[in-house]
Amino acid sequence: MNKNMKILIVDDFSTMRRIIKNLLRDLGFTNTQEADDGSSALPLLKASDFDFLITDWNMPGMTGIDLLKAVRSDDKLKSLPVLMVTAEAKREQIIEAAQAGVNGYVVKPFTAQALKEKIEKIFERVDA
Amino acid sequence: MTERAQQEPLVEYAKTLLAQLESGDAVEAMQTIASLHKARDQYLFQEVGKLTRSLHESIKNFSIDASKAGSAMHDEMSRMQDASQRLNYVIEKTEQAANKTMDMVENTIPVSSQLGDRARELKPEWQRLMRREMKPEEFRLLTREMDNFLDMAAHETSKIDSNLSNILLAQDFQDLTGQVIKRVIQLVQEVEESLVHLVRMAGAIDEITGTKHDIPEKIVDTSLPNIGPEGPIINPDKRNDVVAGQDDVDALLSSLGF
Repeated sequence: MNKNMKILIVDDFSTMRRIIKNLLRDLGFTNTQEADDGSSALPLLKASDFDFLITDWNMPGMTGIDLLKAVRSDDKLKSLPVLMVTAEAKREQIIEAAQAGVNGYVVKPFTAQALKEKIEKIFERVDA
Repeated sequence: MTERAQQEPLVEYAKTLLAQLESGDAVEAMQTIASLHKARDQYLFQEVGKLTRSLHESIKNFSIDASKAGSAMHDEMSRMQDASQRLNYVIEKTEQAANKTMDMVENTIPVSSQLGDRARELKPEWQRLMRREMKPEEFRLLTREMDNFLDMAAHETSKIDSNLSNILLAQDFQDLTGQVIKRVIQLVQEVEESLVHLVRMAGAIDEITGTKHDIPEKIVDTSLPNIGPEGPIINPDKRNDVVAGQDDVDALLSSLGF
C-alpha cells in the first residue's frame, strides 16, 4: 500500500474530519485533503488525482451515497476506491451502498483498528 | 355553568314539544321548535366561546406570538427560537471541547514519541554498560547522555501531565450541555402537551357543531421501512432494521459477496 497516496476525507463535521485525519496519520498516510459535503468534494475529485475517498453519508447539500453514485458514473473516477464512514446503520442503506459500488463500510462510532482493517482490505483487493 | 345545566333548557323544550305534539297543538309546537332552535344556538354559542377562549390560552402558552413573528423590532424571542439557540450552543460547546482535546492529544503524541525514541536509543548503550563492555570514554559519554535524558524526561512528562489535565478540563462541557438539553426536553414535552390539548379542543368544537372534515385516511404508510438518512440509531436493540455494530455490517456485506 502506497503510504503517499492522496486521500480525500468528506464529512460535514470538522471534528470528525480531524479524527479521521489523525487516525490516517497514525497509519502513515499524511497526504490528505478535506471537504464538507459531496458537492464540494466532487469538483476536488474531478480536478485532482485522488487515490482514495473516505466519506460520511448524511451531509447537507450532497450526501455521501449521492457522491458515491456520482463517482461511479464518472468515467475518470469510476474505479476510485471509496470507504463509507457513517452513523447510518440501517440494513437497507448498507445494501444500497454495496449496490452503488462502495468498497468498504464502517459504522460510527468506530475504532482505529476497524478503520485500519477496512483500508488494508480495500487496498489488498485493489492491488491484487 | 355545567354542561348539564346548559343543556337543561333543551331538555325542557323537548319535553314540552313532545307533549304539545301528542295533544295535537300544532301552533304551540311550532313556537316551541323555534324556542328550541334558539336555545340550541345559545348553547352552541356559549360552548364555542368557551373553547375559543381556552384555545387562545393554549396558543398564548405556546409562546408563539403571531404579531411578533417576522418582526425584527421585538427583541423578545419565542421559546422555540430560544431552544434552537440553546441546541446551537450545545453544538458549539461540544465542538470546542472536541477540538481542545484533539489539540492536546496532537501536542502530546510527539512528546511521548520522542521520549520513547530516546529511551530505545539509549537502551543498547545501557546494556553494553551492564555487560561491562564499555570503554571509559564511552562510559563518560553515556553518563552525559543519560543525564540529559533524565532531565528531558522530567521536563517533558510535566508537559504531558499538563496536557492531560487540560483534556480532563475540556470535559466540563458535559455538565453545561446536559443542563441545556434538559431544558429543551422540557419545552418539547410542554409543546407536546399543548398540541394534544389543542387537538382535543378542536375535536370538541367539531363535535358540538357537528362539523365533519373530509380528511383522507392515513396517507403515510408507516409500515414501510424508512430508507432516508437517519443519523445515529439510539435504540438499536429495539429495532430489527438496523445493524448493531461493525461485526453486523461485515456479516451483511459478506452475505452480499463482499
